[in-house]
Amino acid sequence: MSGAPQRLVPARRPVTTESPWVRRTLIGISLVFLFLFLLLPLAAVFTEALRKGLDAYLDALKEPDAWAAIRLTLITAAIAVPLNLVFGVSAAWCIAKFEFKGKSFLTTLIDLPFSVSPVVAGLMYVLVFGSNGWFGQWLSDHDIKIIFAVPGIVLATVFVTFPFIARELIPLMQAQGTDEEQAAIVLGASGWQTFWYVTLPNIKWGLVYGVILCNARAMGEFGAVSVVSGHIRGQTNTVPLHVEILYNEYQSVAAFAAASLLALLALVTLVIKTVVEWRSEREHAAADLPPEKPPAVPLPGAGA
Amino acid sequence: MSAAPSLAPSGAASPRRTGGRKRVLPGFNLTLGYTLFYLGLIVLVPLSALVLRSFSLTGEQFIAAVSSPRVLASYRLTFGASAIAATVNLFFGLLLAWVLVRYEFPGKKIVDALVDLPFALPTAVAGISLTALLAGNGWVGQYLEPMGIKLAFTPAGIVIALIFIGLPFVVRTVQPVLEDTEKELEEAATCLGATRFQTFTKVILPSIAPALLTGFAMAFARAIGEYGSVIFIAGNMPMISEITPLIIIGKLEQYDYAGATAVAVVMLVISFILLLVINGLQAWQRRRTGMSQ
Repeated sequence: MSGAPQRLVPARRPVTTESPWVRRTLIGISLVFLFLFLLLPLAAVFTEALRKGLDAYLDALKEPDAWAAIRLTLITAAIAVPLNLVFGVSAAWCIAKFEFKGKSFLTTLIDLPFSVSPVVAGLMYVLVFGSNGWFGQWLSDHDIKIIFAVPGIVLATVFVTFPFIARELIPLMQAQGTDEEQAAIVLGASGWQTFWYVTLPNIKWGLVYGVILCNARAMGEFGAVSVVSGHIRGQTNTVPLHVEILYNEYQSVAAFAAASLLALLALVTLVIKTVVEWRSEREHAAADLPPEKPPAVPLPGAGA
Repeated sequence: MSAAPSLAPSGAASPRRTGGRKRVLPGFNLTLGYTLFYLGLIVLVPLSALVLRSFSLTGEQFIAAVSSPRVLASYRLTFGASAIAATVNLFFGLLLAWVLVRYEFPGKKIVDALVDLPFALPTAVAGISLTALLAGNGWVGQYLEPMGIKLAFTPAGIVIALIFIGLPFVVRTVQPVLEDTEKELEEAATCLGATRFQTFTKVILPSIAPALLTGFAMAFARAIGEYGSVIFIAGNMPMISEITPLIIIGKLEQYDYAGATAVAVVMLVISFILLLVINGLQAWQRRRTGMSQ
């Protein structure tokens, strides 16, 4: 007896969604858009790199200039990321745990490098350290090269990746408040102990998240590094600059082979990021806490 | 994906935040001191070098440097292409955010992760890859070329590259806000006789409007400064397909430091204005969400 009306009711969809065909069309359009704009370019990198076979691909990567570029990229990231990590933790500690005048102004200043075009960023360092810049005379008197040398590349990279970790940690530590740290201090822990045993475990996923995004940008930066590097083969070429040189010399396979390394780095970054998001969500769901998961922060401002 | 933290870096005053007045916690002077020192060293000193250097020009020289026909053409191209790309991203970003929040489909998690690809992929790689696709012999270009559509090495190619670069911004600003919107409002609208389309335009759209505009402004700001992906696909012809950052590089290569600085100052001022606009939009979104809760 109750069968007939019930069959009518489930057929009605909830009022807060669309009819199936609207839904399918919207999903279809989004997937086509993503395929054309994201997957196709990604696939093209690997296809072009392997166009002349695996041997040509490996030969392109074995070249001494390619190795030098890879080494320089790794060195640059190995200096820039830890510097910004220490800064990020320090900035997040004073901004999230204390009240002081001018705090929101300071936060805006920290975001500044995102809104400066990388080319302008590179130019700024040329004006400070270049041969006719502020310290140019002094530096050349003491035989120190910064612009068109490795230190300039590191500095430009530090600038463009400056806010990544701080921006990730500040909202996270603000949301967590200071209760746990205060309890630790009251119970007799020292400042460092409080940081290591109380704060750090709370922010570890946000920290990992910030570090991998910072690292991806540090290894992939093009515009700012291009201005300060001088493009000396085997000496001041990072992988992205190496890609540009090869591409402009019509060495397509070699250019895409080097580019494929950077594309792999991007994929690894996305995988780690996704895993961090899942783990952080799961841990916090288990602990019944608001997720620590740093949301995919849209980073405003300028590109590489 | 929680909404508030990312959109509210400074103003998200958590009710639990109690530190400060008594300063039970140590390390305030050390961390603030180091933060200011590092900020000054890396950001403020180079920035002031740029501004001070531009003062070495007289007013007339400055205006001549930033308003020569070639530079003016580059502004038109940079701002025009960025505006078109950000508008495309506004629509497709909203669509993607909507689909990711409201619908279930196989592979959704992968799609969600993939949206961030433009943040992770170095721009030079994006540039050469898009060029290879759109060139006359590329996967896509070979079908478009016979139809008379040329994308690579034209301003249209610049727009394509900027769409790629700005894609995640709108998605990632709208997504958390859409997740937090209250279904009750939509149910109420439907009960009052609104069609689904009316509910969308009159109830949902106003509540996510600030986030949409924030994403638009971020994509636009990013597109204006973009260099790496654009120079490969643009063709870089003076007056036609030469973007403003490339003008700066060109002047630097001719050792015209003063001219490069002048154009850079113009770009810097525009990015600061955009930064303020974005901050304002985020404050608006916070008030919006604050009111509805």
